[in-house]
Amino acid sequence: MITRYLRPTRYFTAGTRHGPPSEDVEPAPAIRARALAKTYPDGAAVRGVDLTVGAGETFGFLGPNGAGKTTTISMLCTLTAPTSGRAWVAGHDVAAASHQVRRHIGLVFQEMTLDQGLTAWENLRFHARLYGLPTAVAHERAAALLDLVELGDRRDSLVRTFSGGMKRRLEIVRGLMHRPRVLFLDEPTLGLDPQTRAQIWDHLHQLRRRETITLFLTTHYLDEAEQCDRIAIIDEGRIIAEGSPDRLKSVIGADRVELRTRDDTAAAERLRTEFGLDVDFIPQGPGDPGGGADGSEGGGAGRLSVRVADGAAFVPRLCAGLGVAVESVTVVRPSLDDVFFHYTGRNIREDGAPRLPGARVPLTPEARS
Amino acid sequence: MTAVQAEPALPGSGRLTDELRAIQVVWHRDMLHYQRDRIKVLVTLLQPALMLLVLGAGLSALLPTSAQGADYRTFLFPGMLVMTVHSPAIGAGVSLVSDRQMGFLREMVVAPVRRETLLVGKCLGGATVAACQGALLLPLAGIARVPYDPVLLALLLGEMVLIALMLTAFGMLLAVTVRRTETFHALLSLLMMPLIFLSGAMFPAAGLPGWLSWAVTLNPVSYAVDALRRTITGRLTGPIPDRLFTGPHWGGWAPPVQLELLLIGVVGVVMLVLGGRRFGRSE
Repeated sequence: MITRYLRPTRYFTAGTRHGPPSEDVEPAPAIRARALAKTYPDGAAVRGVDLTVGAGETFGFLGPNGAGKTTTISMLCTLTAPTSGRAWVAGHDVAAASHQVRRHIGLVFQEMTLDQGLTAWENLRFHARLYGLPTAVAHERAAALLDLVELGDRRDSLVRTFSGGMKRRLEIVRGLMHRPRVLFLDEPTLGLDPQTRAQIWDHLHQLRRRETITLFLTTHYLDEAEQCDRIAIIDEGRIIAEGSPDRLKSVIGADRVELRTRDDTAAAERLRTEFGLDVDFIPQGPGDPGGGADGSEGGGAGRLSVRVADGAAFVPRLCAGLGVAVESVTVVRPSLDDVFFHYTGRNIREDGAPRLPGARVPLTPEARS
Repeated sequence: MTAVQAEPALPGSGRLTDELRAIQVVWHRDMLHYQRDRIKVLVTLLQPALMLLVLGAGLSALLPTSAQGADYRTFLFPGMLVMTVHSPAIGAGVSLVSDRQMGFLREMVVAPVRRETLLVGKCLGGATVAACQGALLLPLAGIARVPYDPVLLALLLGEMVLIALMLTAFGMLLAVTVRRTETFHALLSLLMMPLIFLSGAMFPAAGLPGWLSWAVTLNPVSYAVDALRRTITGRLTGPIPDRLFTGPHWGGWAPPVQLELLLIGVVGVVMLVLGGRRFGRSE
């Protein structure tokens, strides 16, 4: 019953394009940017971004604060004029046909942009009418979408009475009211608790399945980037890596094997001589991203870390050939955290701060390209 | 992902209808807020009503009066009407500033409509609220010895709509020019006092020294007050004290009410156009 309203209605039939976009005849990608750049009086925010996002993709734009994520998104949404370069969204040029672009995009901003003095429905109606949706259609669509994000019973409550997560869900619903082809989300779960974030993502996946929509989101949460089909890592206004999370992780190429031993010095020596591996020593510390190490015991001791192609196959060889008693072994698959560090030499969350000393692969100049 | 996605063909894609609908939508939102904020309605009415009762009663005792005809309260009434209209009208500018601060403005400016349209909608919303407030003060006419003549009341209401539009346009221009919220509020409180005091709303402008009377002549609000006042005196039967009821003059010539109203309209349109251009340009 819900799905009926979510399928394209007679208002939204195919073949009503206002002429094909001039540049490409094949099904246009949802988003295309070429050498997109923005310079503000106090410096360049975006320095030539190239992007292609296919229809139906969930694309994540990952980067630390101030990397140029929000500026890029606001250029794609026609809110900021590019200094140079071009971009097409839903087949329309963001600079030359901003009205057309706006019709086909939905936006969920970083900050809350609801009218808190109005009810959920009034906010949705405002939006729908502004985008030319007849009230009757808006009514049906609002009912269906609100049910989907479990806000159906709060339709007529003032937004002021909503929790942060509820407001976010309502904003997502609002962004989808006019059936956009691309939904932009700027840090969609910023400031929400982990449970609420997971819930928002459940809803996003659900909505995406039903609406066959392209999602373009910026984030600096790595777990959020994992949810995307493809991600691009942006740093200092440039895209430094792009691909599916798995592909990006495969760039790191190797698993990390972390081990605790009775005698780290001897173990490290054996690893170098017998196995020919570079060894990193990870001191025990709070906030250690060691992922899977058993934590508190072995007080004061650290862990040894080596990189090998196939961690699981390496462990038996290691235990047999090390000659030092092994207390624990953990195989860590590369994470996006590693990817980000690999490309930028920085941790995504602590802006500019180096990560744990001596803990990770050294950054070589070739690795950046 | 599988096939070419259906392009949403939004109904009513004619541009003008889109813009007109946007005006209606923005206006409607202001109406919802107005209906909901009953306390604000009351408070903004209370101030001019109290002024009329207290100031009117106190000062009319000092001034020449007759058993019939106009007295100081009659003089004060159009001034209070302007004051009543002025506060919600300027309030529309305040609401634009707070929309910007609260983020709601972004929701509006990304819509596929012209920014100027949004501004017009906001202006009409503010003017409607202001005119409603003005209308709510009209029942006090009797206190000011203004007759409950339906034609007169209708004329006053019409003029208040025009005045409200001008003042709203002024508030909008200010709101789109001064982007910092604190600066906006500071400037507003700085400007409001002279605009009201130097308009002849509370005391006759004729008695002011040279440079101040220039300010009165240049102040558009003076013509708003005078137009309302002369609309009232035109329908009074009793004697009218001249000294009190002399409005702005251009070298000894008092512009007729129609010209005053035209002037208010023109000033309003000019401010709206300036505001619209400014708003359309800003990022």
